[in-house]
Amino acid sequence: MKYEAVIGLEVHAELLTESKIFCSCTTKFGGEPNTHVCPVCLGLPGTLPVLNKKVVEYAVRAGLALNCTIANFSKMDRKNYFYPDLPKAYQISQYDLPLCSNGYVEIEVDGKVKKIGIKRIHIEEDAGKLLHENTDGSLVDYNRAGVPLIEIVSEPDMTTPEEAYQYLTKLKNILEYTEVSDCKMQEGSLRVDTNVSVRPVGSTELGTKIELKNLNSFRAVQKALEYEIKRQIKVLEEGGTIVQETRRWNESKGITEPMRTKEEAHDYRYFPEPDLVPIIVTDEWKEEIRKSLPEMPHHKRERFIAEYGLPEYDAKIITSSKKMADFFEKCVLEYDSPKTVSNWLMGEFSRLMNETGKEIDEVPVTPQMLVKLLKLIDNGVISGSIAKTVFEEMFGTGKEPEVIVEEKGLKQIANENELREIIKKVIVENPKSVEDYKNGKEKAMGFLVGQVMKATKGKANPQLTNQILKEELSK
Amino acid sequence: MAISRSEVEHVAKLARLKFSQEEIEEFTVQLSKIIDYVNKLNELDTENVEPTAHIVPIHNVFREDEVKPSMDRDKILMNAPYKENGCFKVPKIIE
Ligand SMILES: [Zn+2]
Repeated sequence: MKYEAVIGLEVHAELLTESKIFCSCTTKFGGEPNTHVCPVCLGLPGTLPVLNKKVVEYAVRAGLALNCTIANFSKMDRKNYFYPDLPKAYQISQYDLPLCSNGYVEIEVDGKVKKIGIKRIHIEEDAGKLLHENTDGSLVDYNRAGVPLIEIVSEPDMTTPEEAYQYLTKLKNILEYTEVSDCKMQEGSLRVDTNVSVRPVGSTELGTKIELKNLNSFRAVQKALEYEIKRQIKVLEEGGTIVQETRRWNESKGITEPMRTKEEAHDYRYFPEPDLVPIIVTDEWKEEIRKSLPEMPHHKRERFIAEYGLPEYDAKIITSSKKMADFFEKCVLEYDSPKTVSNWLMGEFSRLMNETGKEIDEVPVTPQMLVKLLKLIDNGVISGSIAKTVFEEMFGTGKEPEVIVEEKGLKQIANENELREIIKKVIVENPKSVEDYKNGKEKAMGFLVGQVMKATKGKANPQLTNQILKEELSK
Repeated sequence: MAISRSEVEHVAKLARLKFSQEEIEEFTVQLSKIIDYVNKLNELDTENVEPTAHIVPIHNVFREDEVKPSMDRDKILMNAPYKENGCFKVPKIIE
């Protein structure tokens, strides 16, 4: 029998507001434990929450960018459960009337476009953080408690781990573009849970759903799903049944394993939050928010092709992250060769970012610095290959390119007399190649150029080297 | 009975309340009476009535996104029975 998987994803994204969802404490990441808390986010008796207007605006903005219907009437509810990271023993969330619903994102898999439905987006408060360093107890830091979140629930429209990966990448891209979340998984501002079941191909009935947790990267989501789908199919093929449970991804072992979960975890006894009044998003307000939406990825991509003459491939890669697209545009403001900039961004820049796992805004190289480097090449101060060495140094240290060139003595030898002396020496030392060249072997020329480069540690100006070599050889 | 004994036990468990057998008996009877009483409302025809989300007829009470100083940590932890390293301390949680 052939099986297919049914995958749904729940993504939590922290919103980039300055203050928390129901109080005026800062949302800043880090900070000494329990220094970003007040009686409201601690849920002390007698306090009342007041909703941050920006949270509604950001959630609506995300909803519009994800093609959702925005609810005219929406309300907050209490989700009740006991856990020490939740000071009030309930989380203020949304249950039956979420702010946004019925959206979708389009992904591309194997050259085909597929629509993945978004069931709903609702707003809620984040919980605190449990620290387990202690042996006789757990310590709680409530700095994150009350930080605004949106939860984005997909329809179970994905059938392969690759589709799940593409969906997450696209979703993150759009959220970054709308500037409602910085989507940093390592800081927990983007979190992913996934549900997966398998069923015989052709069956319309859903199999038993397994929830996967502890997914720290999009690749982890993909790998965990790959493992889990294989595991479930094996169980079924051996005549077993899937037991509904939550499993955690064990990254080092590359397996999923059963997780002890909170008892009665799914009986939350939701009820309307009496401390908060309903939210009404009028058409006027909605349109105002729509106008504040920045340019979306596919528009930017088309504009980059039209305005800068970038090939479609380049435009797609450069706009795959808003930060990269912004970086690109800052460069071309001061440097009139967009294709050169995109080559550098897709080449050296991306290579080093992948190697170091850094995002473009975490790298000390600024657009101005990259432009300076490109101008050094254009002005013949350094060669293209030396530029790569300089760039690596810039990437690592944040030093200006001209400073690196000066310090390391990487300036191109463009002084004719100096270069001629070196070339004469190379000719004397390589009589065989000189003879080959004179006998019409063009390849010998390349060898001689290589010897000049070797003698100058790559600093010889290539054009000048060629020119002088030819002159000297024809003597 | 509008509510069963096992439902009372379940809700008590959700609320982390522990009752004796006699109390469970007693509450099952009492809660059933309360629910029966409230059930009277079901006799009303609410076909064309919007569900009430909030009893006060107001909406959109917001605050602007402005940061104000949080509370002093010593004050925050003042009433905590157990604390350590600036944190609240609770019984060990195993994840
Ligand atoms: Zn607070």
